[in-house]
Amino acid sequence: MPALDLDPFDPEVLRDPLPAHAALRDAGPLVRLPRYDTYAIARYADVRAALSDWQSFESSAGVGLTNFRTETPWRPPSLLLEADPPAHDAPRTVLARILGPRALRRLREDWAADAVALVDDLLGGRSEVEVDAVPTLAAAFPLRVFPDAVGLRADGREHLLPYGDHAFNAFGPTDNPLVLAGNEHMAEHAGWVGQQCLRENLAPAGFGADIWAAADRGDLTHAQAPLVVRSLLTAGVDTTVHGIGAVLHALAATPGAWDLLRARPELVRVAFDEAVRWESPVQAFFRTTVRDVPVADAVVPAGAKVLVFFAAANRDPRHWADPDAFDLTRDPSGHVGFGMGIHQCVGQHVARLEAESLLTALLARVTRLELTGEPVRHLNNTLRAWDSLPLRLTV
Amino acid sequence: MTPTAAAPRQATLRVTARETVADGVVALTLADPAGARLPDWTPGSHVDLVLPTGLTRQYSLCGDRWDASTYRVAVLREPIGRGGSAWVHDELAVGDLVGVGGPRNQFRLVPAPRYLFIAGGIGITPLLPMIDAVRRLGADWRLVYGGRTRDSMAFLDELAVHGDRVTVLPQDEHGHLPLAELFAGVDADTRVYCCGPAPLLDAVAGLDLPPRVLRTERFAAQEQGAPARDTPFTVVLDRTGVEVVVTPDVSVLEAVRSVGVDVLSSCREGTCGTCETTVLAGEPDHRDSVLDEAERAAGDCLFVCVSRSRGDRLVLDL
Ligand code: FES
Repeated sequence: MPALDLDPFDPEVLRDPLPAHAALRDAGPLVRLPRYDTYAIARYADVRAALSDWQSFESSAGVGLTNFRTETPWRPPSLLLEADPPAHDAPRTVLARILGPRALRRLREDWAADAVALVDDLLGGRSEVEVDAVPTLAAAFPLRVFPDAVGLRADGREHLLPYGDHAFNAFGPTDNPLVLAGNEHMAEHAGWVGQQCLRENLAPAGFGADIWAAADRGDLTHAQAPLVVRSLLTAGVDTTVHGIGAVLHALAATPGAWDLLRARPELVRVAFDEAVRWESPVQAFFRTTVRDVPVADAVVPAGAKVLVFFAAANRDPRHWADPDAFDLTRDPSGHVGFGMGIHQCVGQHVARLEAESLLTALLARVTRLELTGEPVRHLNNTLRAWDSLPLRLTV
Repeated sequence: MTPTAAAPRQATLRVTARETVADGVVALTLADPAGARLPDWTPGSHVDLVLPTGLTRQYSLCGDRWDASTYRVAVLREPIGRGGSAWVHDELAVGDLVGVGGPRNQFRLVPAPRYLFIAGGIGITPLLPMIDAVRRLGADWRLVYGGRTRDSMAFLDELAVHGDRVTVLPQDEHGHLPLAELFAGVDADTRVYCCGPAPLLDAVAGLDLPPRVLRTERFAAQEQGAPARDTPFTVVLDRTGVEVVVTPDVSVLEAVRSVGVDVLSSCREGTCGTCETTVLAGEPDHRDSVLDEAERAAGDCLFVCVSRSRGDRLVLDL
């Protein structure tokens, strides 16, 4: 079995992970990463197969480097992300219904109007504006609509992004500088988030109230309800912000893309999923083998941590034609940017609706979208993100 | 065109084993003809078997969900049925192909510290995977299993390993299930899952129980409308007026793609909801795992990766 002396959490790799992903794919279907005594899967077919096979690759030992069987997690494990059947079944079912496409229909009009208002405010009647699209669009829109949809109170929402950022950093090595830096304020952020998961702090209508109502019906226990709300707050903000950042960057950086989308606005959904494929806001998660598991000709021994690279799979030339191109005429169906199988992102329909709302509002007004400077990466052990995305929007 | 994520799932499975597991009860093992992994399911789920008459019949999955390559169902020969179970008993042989919809779950296991399972006859089938689940969760549980005679009761040996958690009460030895007695100790923290013939469910429903304790499975009456079909049908793409014929060997998704219209999809097995498409006219034949009964009856959407049409024409908002 090939081994690579590669640190997936090295700042240089986080800044530009593409060469590392290519090296992993080229090394073989299963690669040993001696630095952390783990394994890696990076080719599309093998990634998809591993993600689907929850029976062999379990999540309840943690989807980060920390092995919950032998080490204590930094917070109580997620009932969704860090659980396997049968414990995973009820929380997943409840959330899938609350966040399903049919349940979201009632949000569609409001979110469209919110997006129009945000874009109008940003443009402010001018024919051209230069903005940093990360705070003004990619973060602003989800922070405007999602916490309301959950039913969070107005004050304290500034805790959401740092909390999520730390949670995703914490899937990496716990002694890594990004994790250590995040630890400093974590008690504060986690304390606030924990409080918001309680019934009395949630609005009487919203995803949060829906989760508590499910507990009242007996579909969850009352002890599970706050942890399910916590999943929304951990996984529902940063990921969407970075997904929207990715699609804005892709549309600005790809010649002709904005014009094509203006000509064919029905492609907005494709644009977002293509950006999720191309950029993979969630780069990778670990799984843990429950027994010796064959991957192609090799075998992962039982009890091993395996880093499953969504991002590398999404640009595997064995599966995708011209994978490094952001291409609106491509059908990105089947990408694993949201994962696959029973742990596939349960909030994917929410993310798509947010992106669609914002892009549709931009397309209605903005004729040109251009980069005006070098975008700056935001480094995170799990997420691929922008810190700054200088854009010119021309009306 | 971009290579596709996976071959479209033909919702056609092969009978790989059949076994008489009690008087009048045959258990079938179903697998993908190419050996592919089958869509995941949860305890309480059923699949629709599409019979050659065009009728679909629902059967609970009673196998092991840790085995992703097979489904197991058990079918009771119903003398007064409409021929579905008789066809399975008399005609369906090992090696045959059969259309399968779902799996879907209308009888979900909810978390609780304690469970009481009550099975009447073939009603044991959805309870078997539930028992496996609560055992793994470390919850407290009991099963009371009634039937006409011991010989008519399936899976007794499989259940024997659980010792005195399981009480077997054949009617010819013990009479009707002593329901009042069984429910005497049931408190608000217990969940009672009951599946069996209508008289048993009616009797249980008539008991005075704390709210939310009881969950029963009563298969909905056969859906009305035209039977499922295995002949081609036409899909009309309303926005362009393009029409495409969907033959039995392709999915609606594949057919629509073949005329140059892409619909986002992801799982391609009717579980994730990505490919939801609005139906403007026609009668969907739902094979997905997403919609509940009311949503299926509404007929206003279609998961094009697996679902099909009951009628000759289906008009989609594409
Ligand atoms: S692609 Fe997942 S339901 Fe159709």
